[in-house]
Amino acid sequence: MLTIKDLTVSINKKQIIKGLNLEVKEGEVHAIMGPNGSGKSTLASVIAGRELFDVDHGEITYMGRDIFELSAETRAREGIFLGFQYPVEIPGVTITNFMRTAINEKRKYLSLDPLTIAEFMELMEEKKKMVDIHSKLTDRSVNEGFSGGEKKKNEIFQMAMLEPRLAILDETDSGLDIDALKVVAHGVNKLRRKDNATIVITHYQRLLDYIVPDYVHVLYDGRIIKSGGKELALHLEEKGYDWVKKATVSTNP
Amino acid sequence: MKTIHSDLTKDKLLDIYHKEQDAIRGNATPMVNRIRQHAFSRFSLNGFPTTKQESWRFTDLTPLLNTEFAFDFTNKSRNVDIERIFTCEVQDLDTYSITLLNGWFVYQNAPLTQLANGTIIGSLAKAMEVYPEIVDEYIGKAVKTEQYEMAALNTAFFQDGLFIYVPDGVVMEKPVQLINIVNAEQPLFLQPRHLVIAGNGSSLKLVHCDHSLTHNVSFTNTVMELYADEQSSVDHYKIQNKGRNSALVTNNFFYQKKGSMIQSNIITLNGGFTKNMLDVSIDGTNCRSEHYGLYLADSNQHVDNLVNIDHMRECSTSNQLYKGLLDDQAKAVFSGKVLVRRHAQQTQAFQNNKNILLTDDARANTQPHLEIYADDVKCSHGATVGQLDPEAMFYLRSRGLCERSARQMMMIAFASEIVDKITIDALNNRIGNMVEKRLKGELSICEQCVLHCNSKEPTSFNIDLSKL
Repeated sequence: MLTIKDLTVSINKKQIIKGLNLEVKEGEVHAIMGPNGSGKSTLASVIAGRELFDVDHGEITYMGRDIFELSAETRAREGIFLGFQYPVEIPGVTITNFMRTAINEKRKYLSLDPLTIAEFMELMEEKKKMVDIHSKLTDRSVNEGFSGGEKKKNEIFQMAMLEPRLAILDETDSGLDIDALKVVAHGVNKLRRKDNATIVITHYQRLLDYIVPDYVHVLYDGRIIKSGGKELALHLEEKGYDWVKKATVSTNP
Repeated sequence: MKTIHSDLTKDKLLDIYHKEQDAIRGNATPMVNRIRQHAFSRFSLNGFPTTKQESWRFTDLTPLLNTEFAFDFTNKSRNVDIERIFTCEVQDLDTYSITLLNGWFVYQNAPLTQLANGTIIGSLAKAMEVYPEIVDEYIGKAVKTEQYEMAALNTAFFQDGLFIYVPDGVVMEKPVQLINIVNAEQPLFLQPRHLVIAGNGSSLKLVHCDHSLTHNVSFTNTVMELYADEQSSVDHYKIQNKGRNSALVTNNFFYQKKGSMIQSNIITLNGGFTKNMLDVSIDGTNCRSEHYGLYLADSNQHVDNLVNIDHMRECSTSNQLYKGLLDDQAKAVFSGKVLVRRHAQQTQAFQNNKNILLTDDARANTQPHLEIYADDVKCSHGATVGQLDPEAMFYLRSRGLCERSARQMMMIAFASEIVDKITIDALNNRIGNMVEKRLKGELSICEQCVLHCNSKEPTSFNIDLSKL
């Protein structure tokens, strides 16, 4: 589904990602872990189509297409979803209006008829239940005055509405208490299907107790320095990132 | 009808004033004519405002006066069947509707109406004849002709306009709607005058719509005087949807007494040149004074809003929020001043102006200003000029909205903060709708006009109003 080959990305001439390779197949959950500043969020942003970064080298293909030929909105309509680490507040835009426009623009792109108001409301009610969002939240402006937990729940709600094929969750666990974390994880798990994939970017192992990954990658200084199964996350939690750094240095003298 | 050849200058206006004195003085009360004479002296001293003055620094009237304007000192509009030329598009808006055509009251045998609750609504020219004692008590009191040259000019020349008197304790459930239409073959120079009096403990909602029905050049210089007596409540909504060749200068003077509440909302959707001046004297304690503005301008449109709020007494609150979206080469000016006098302790005054420039060529000049002489006050001011938030743009696009939709959604959201302040539901919905259409490039002044120049099937239109 997603193949990243030898990707090099910089911002203001400073290299952030320095030759990264990753392969994500349908039905898989990948966790990308790493310390602050290792390039996790940059990777997520580049896949989603943020124009802030310069891609110096390498390629990303998504469903067989060169991703750099697609605008951010086309990527979204083709099924890529980015759950933001810091969801943006947009005063005056209600979640309902936002989601209705998003869904109908996607449907138009796929040559489907727009959802009627009734169909849309029904869909929204169903998804709200799924992520345990109380009803009034969707009448409010996007993220405006939301608590940290509400913002992240809102991301998962949007994900549920848009039913992406590839969801990238950027530090969705940051700032969440354990109850909110469970709700978010529960939502993500419910949305798992054989034909979609999830990339979970996280700092801590905690989230991975609830969203169990098939693969864990350690991103350090713009490169994936170690990959493994879900047990890798536990090792990291126990021994810290220094352990991987040292291990890597010793195996690559 | 008097036509001025070549530019309209101070000297030419003085000349007209002298030659047409009888027509201008008309049936006005002696008091009104004294005020008129005083204002005329003011104008002959000061003339038109120039860019050398602080409040006109970014707004130059000179090019607009470079037209052969016609003046009209007799009412030719009184018997026009207004419904044949204009129907308000706001659905479900149940109002007492009043129309001014080319500055004159269109009245169909009813120049003044007294409602069962005692409220008087109608033509100011007629009110000067029938209720001279009410007119004389109020007219000109809050109008600072020394400070506002255009208000002096209006005071010297005005003939007609809206008159509303709401007696003490009367709550007007239905809003009053004033529709100001300009429709003439010749370039007209109009100076309507409105006098609104809200008695003790009364309540009034006033909707004031400025339209033009032709693309002809026109210059409107209007004065609105609003007196809010003790404990009264007045909402004043101005909707400006004028043609590109129109110039609109509005001078608004609000006078507030103890415990009164005024909310004003000026929405400028279209117009070639617009300058709104709002001067509020808060001459009472425990008043609320809320003033909102929204201006949407594109091509070479010019919108200037000036707000002066004078806190004369203690414990009152004022709030200003003006927002603008500027496209193409449009230019906006905002200058706001809050004066808190020495005795006006425990005043709360807030002022904010936010502009979004959609192109590199659009411009906004903003000057918020506080002048505080009291020491126990809570005041703040702020101004921003910026672009649409790129972070928010990316957020919307990452959910599949195209750039155009994302921009529109954010612009509509930006504007909605002002539209949402409108407390008349039908109007709120409709204005929201018009703003949306405007931002999508679908609204033109033609939308309201029976001429339908742009539609495929032309509507027949037999009355040539200029020949009436």
